[in-house]
Amino acid sequence: MSVLVFIEISEGAIKKSSLEAVSFAAGFDSNVTAIAFGEASADSLKIAGKAGASKVLHVGDTKYNDGNIQAYASAIAKAADSIAADTVVLANSSLGDPVAARLSIKMNASLTSNVIELPDTSNGFVVKRSIYTGKAFAQVNLTEGKRIIGIKKNATTIKEDGADASVEAFSAEDSTDDFKVKILSKEKATGDVLLPEADIVVSGGRGLKGPENWGMIEDLAKTLGAATACSKPVSDMDWRPHHEHVGQTGIKVAPSLYIAVGISGAIQHLAGVNSSKCIVVINKDEEAPFFKAADYGIVGDAFEVVPKLTEAIKAING
Amino acid sequence: MKILVCITHVPDTTSKISFTDGNTQFDKTGVQFIIGPYDDYALARAVELKEQSNGTITVLNVGEAETEPTLRKALAIGADDAIRVNANPTDSYFVANQIAAIAKEHQYDLILMGRESIDFNSGAVHGMVGEILGIPSLSPIMTLDIDGTTAKMTREIEGGKETLEAELPLVLGCQEPIAEWKIPNMRGIMTARSKPLNVVEPTDNSVRTQLKEYQMPPAKGAVKMISADNVSELVNLLKNEAKVI
Ligand SMILES: Cc1cc2nc3c(=O)[nH]c(=O)nc-3n(C[C@H](O)[C@H](O)[C@H](O)COP(=O)(O)OP(=O)(O)OC[C@H]3O[C@@H](n4cnc5c(N)ncnc54)[C@H](O)[C@@H]3O)c2cc1C
Repeated sequence: MSVLVFIEISEGAIKKSSLEAVSFAAGFDSNVTAIAFGEASADSLKIAGKAGASKVLHVGDTKYNDGNIQAYASAIAKAADSIAADTVVLANSSLGDPVAARLSIKMNASLTSNVIELPDTSNGFVVKRSIYTGKAFAQVNLTEGKRIIGIKKNATTIKEDGADASVEAFSAEDSTDDFKVKILSKEKATGDVLLPEADIVVSGGRGLKGPENWGMIEDLAKTLGAATACSKPVSDMDWRPHHEHVGQTGIKVAPSLYIAVGISGAIQHLAGVNSSKCIVVINKDEEAPFFKAADYGIVGDAFEVVPKLTEAIKAING
Repeated sequence: MKILVCITHVPDTTSKISFTDGNTQFDKTGVQFIIGPYDDYALARAVELKEQSNGTITVLNVGEAETEPTLRKALAIGADDAIRVNANPTDSYFVANQIAAIAKEHQYDLILMGRESIDFNSGAVHGMVGEILGIPSLSPIMTLDIDGTTAKMTREIEGGKETLEAELPLVLGCQEPIAEWKIPNMRGIMTARSKPLNVVEPTDNSVRTQLKEYQMPPAKGAVKMISADNVSELVNLLKNEAKVI
């Protein structure tokens, strides 16, 4: 048996969520190979070894730089075949999910996503996954001989004690059918901590009154090395970009720490953040529903509390 | 243009979730079911495209008879006819096979659905349908414009978006802000009653996953309140108790 892990590259480095996927795979199989696409140095790829992979197959052809869903699915299927992998593991993401779906048909594999625990193989291949947008879990048996598992972000810790992985070029057999979709351009926030990957998230709601007040949210985020986020009305009013909006209809995040400032905690907002390990709520209304979902709460005016909090964190960080 | 919109019949977002029969069945008692919120976006965009192109919209649900009010609502919003595949939607693979079979029979130019259902959150059906049919599938789609047989779209990526172009036919998993939800008006509700709702039996009963048991998360501990005058206490707790900073 061997496991293949699809790892995503962002700005030349393996994404944190992909290292989580590698560590997850290494947690139930000692023979882990990874596959990566597009421009990346061998040095940046061998890091996958620390997380538990012994080898990285690299599809370096620049045609694969862009994240083409169909082409990736075809190449991963070919790689899985070449190493006789019965399991493919990947991180749930806006690329991983659609790739996994097509791949499952190509490989005749069982597919499940949002997995949060290592499989139980004592009777079948049973995984625990999050359902109802974090409100419940399901134990699911993957009944086919081959399977694809999507790992929920931050559901697992990254191993760091492995040796460097060997890196091998892998040539994907491309068919023109796989490149029918043309990716014309990408717009991506750079430099900042990316929200879906962030370990700490500082989020602001309508309580902040206007975009001009986001400076204090950004200061707090910067002090913590955190990403910034917002509630839906905030992005609807264009106070913040759409890709910062978290919740049922926005991005779902599961950071170690989620700090909500001036957000009421409507159920649709909670749906996107309720998998966070620790939730801090700052709201001037002691009746705000968010306090029920929080681990720590402060009833107070954001305009007074947030700058004080930033100073207090700076103080302990020296 | 012939558009197929696949819709899920899911518990209202605000529903309390619970299970019965030794945690093997979803407890429907007192739960209101709705069109999946992401599917609602797909349907809303389909209605706009239909207005521009004189097209037709068929809505499809894989579900038992209880889902018909949800399909009628989709008809009231602007679909022309509905198909219900008479089966309990057991897993993504099963559902994708039913959709693909209907699509092969009717040859749609565009197959739209939500990026994921809000019950199982798998986000897999669109990709599976695309692969079974041998046509491109893309998700999550935030904008969609059609010019002749060419679709121009934006897709959400981590921390941003990408702009894409492809020829029809296509399968797309949609999300906001692709369109504003449409609310059925009185005329829509009246005409929906007489629009065709065809019930067909499933073509292929194979599944690839088997649900063993549902589980509820452990009860949340009480929130620890900290005075607004003592912010450093919060920092202390985050560092030494929660160990998250
Ligand atoms: C189908 C559907 C999907 C939705 N999806 C999402 C989603 O994905 N994400 C999402 O966020 N919402 C979503 N919503 C909207 C959601 O229901 C709420 O309307 C929204 O989350 C409210 O945002 P808010 O808490 O920022 O604003 P409000 O509800 O206006 O709350 C503002 C809060 O700020 C507090 N406040 C005001 N001033 C201060 C101050 N000076 N200091 C401290 N606190 C202050 C107030 O006490 C209040 O609690 C959805 C709704 C629907 C119907």
